[in-house]
Amino acid sequence: MSAMSAGGVLPPVSPGRKRKDATMRVLLGLGTAVALVPLVLVLWYVAKRGLGAWSSSFFTTDPTGNFLGNPGGVKSAILGTLEMVALATLIAVPIGVGVALYLTEYGKDSKFASAVRYFVDVMTGVPSIVFGLFVYIVLILSGVGGGGYAGWKGSVALALLMLPIVTRSAEVVLLLVPNTLRESALALGAPRWRVVARVVLPTALPGLVTGMLLAVARAAGETAPLLFTAAIVNGTSFNLGTRMNSLPVQIFNDVGQAQDRLVTRAWGAALTLVLIVLVFTLIARLMSRRSRLT
Amino acid sequence: MTIPLTSSQRGTETEQAPDQKRRFEPSGKDQATGAGRRVSIKGLSAWYGDQYAVKELDLEFEPNKVTAIIGPSGCGKSTMVRCINRMHEEIPGTRVEGEVLLDDQDLYANEVDVTSVRRAVGMVFQKPNPFPTMSVYDNVASGPKLSGTKGKHLKERVEQSLRSAALWDEVKDRLDRPGIGLSGGQQQRLCIARTLAVEPEVVLMDEPCSALDPVATLRIEELIEELKTRYTIVIVTHNMQQAGRVADSTAFMLTGELVEVGPTETIFTKPTDDRTEQYVSGRFG
Repeated sequence: MSAMSAGGVLPPVSPGRKRKDATMRVLLGLGTAVALVPLVLVLWYVAKRGLGAWSSSFFTTDPTGNFLGNPGGVKSAILGTLEMVALATLIAVPIGVGVALYLTEYGKDSKFASAVRYFVDVMTGVPSIVFGLFVYIVLILSGVGGGGYAGWKGSVALALLMLPIVTRSAEVVLLLVPNTLRESALALGAPRWRVVARVVLPTALPGLVTGMLLAVARAAGETAPLLFTAAIVNGTSFNLGTRMNSLPVQIFNDVGQAQDRLVTRAWGAALTLVLIVLVFTLIARLMSRRSRLT
Repeated sequence: MTIPLTSSQRGTETEQAPDQKRRFEPSGKDQATGAGRRVSIKGLSAWYGDQYAVKELDLEFEPNKVTAIIGPSGCGKSTMVRCINRMHEEIPGTRVEGEVLLDDQDLYANEVDVTSVRRAVGMVFQKPNPFPTMSVYDNVASGPKLSGTKGKHLKERVEQSLRSAALWDEVKDRLDRPGIGLSGGQQQRLCIARTLAVEPEVVLMDEPCSALDPVATLRIEELIEELKTRYTIVIVTHNMQQAGRVADSTAFMLTGELVEVGPTETIFTKPTDDRTEQYVSGRFG
């Protein structure tokens, strides 16, 4: 090491640079800590208050709607959320993946494809209440499907919200599929649709599922698109043609009440929702780890 | 993307009775004894945008012979080879003029289905690229399946193709394992088997050994030697020793033009063109 001592051709790191390095490290560490504070607090509060609200009947009974006495659980809200999100997924995923396939396999850099890509980006930034309003005007005020609020209309609003997320994530994943695979399939004499169906889609599948689950997690937590499309009811319903309860709307409703029992139920519902979203995100994580594309 | 080249510009030699929608049906050979077909390139030019990649090139590939294309990087070898199975059409902005004939059929004639061209003229790429979601078996079966020529005896065809690609003995006990689990050389032979399973008549190889070690390279070269009894083989290579080892004739290209073509030995020992002489003796390129 003596050859590298001060005065040699390779001078040591100057004290000024060392100081700067130390300062910046501390600042960045502090910034990270500050950013973590609200995150941890939210989770901690939700867990603390929510666990207190949980009981076996919390998950197995519907809200009673009684002003006095037992307020009931959130069964209808959990089921409603799952049903509406499931239908929304069925609507948004085929369309979203279809658009992404068009963009990557056919449209590529054409003007139309660029325009589509731009509007998909714009849609990602549209506030969720706008989708709710849109569906309210188009499907509820117009009286389509019997008029009034309905679970499937909530699903449509959620699907609109999911569409740009699914499209964008699917496009990114499809672009990761190496071009050499497409070429070798085409060189075997395959028509393009078969290349897409047999090579591109299977290769991208884990990534596509990841994007879908992230969109599901996002949609499960949305209140605004459901507020005036699926509205709120107490009872459990499996009929997407009727009004339908959901966790976010239940929380929204309960928190506004002047009764502690209802506010407690809101915390319990919030914890339930966080856990549902967490499960979807975890599955998405595991799926993307299994992906063969990097 | 449309390729602005049509048979109508080129006179009447491609005009056929309307019922003869030619699909390059295999010429009735069976894999064991069949013969490859002659490929003739006539006045072929190719552009990327405004840039010439291949300039008015005439070249013949004899059936059941191995023809090597040598030349420095960017001389248009790959482009020229891609024009033989119309894979250049996958690169945006390419344009081609001229003729490529398989025996006497024009590959660019208006009524020709591009997928049938690619079934008749198979291609092996530089980097081994088995389909990552598929097993060894499915990779080979994907040839017939993707090209829609599956037929009844898929199993036999997969085995026969793997045997032809000298891979059967190494993989027969793990046909259900992922194709990407094989070694690089095995993967490349798997890709060759996949190409053979479509039962082409011409096999194009675009630097098939450049990603392989010398041992794997040698195995592929031995394989090429065997395959030429049944197929017409065109191999693009950067490796002049390789051309010397496997090719019956060799073509030397420079800046999109064909400089010289002839029996491999002649090209390497007494070429007529100075540039060829300089290139094969390693003085440039």
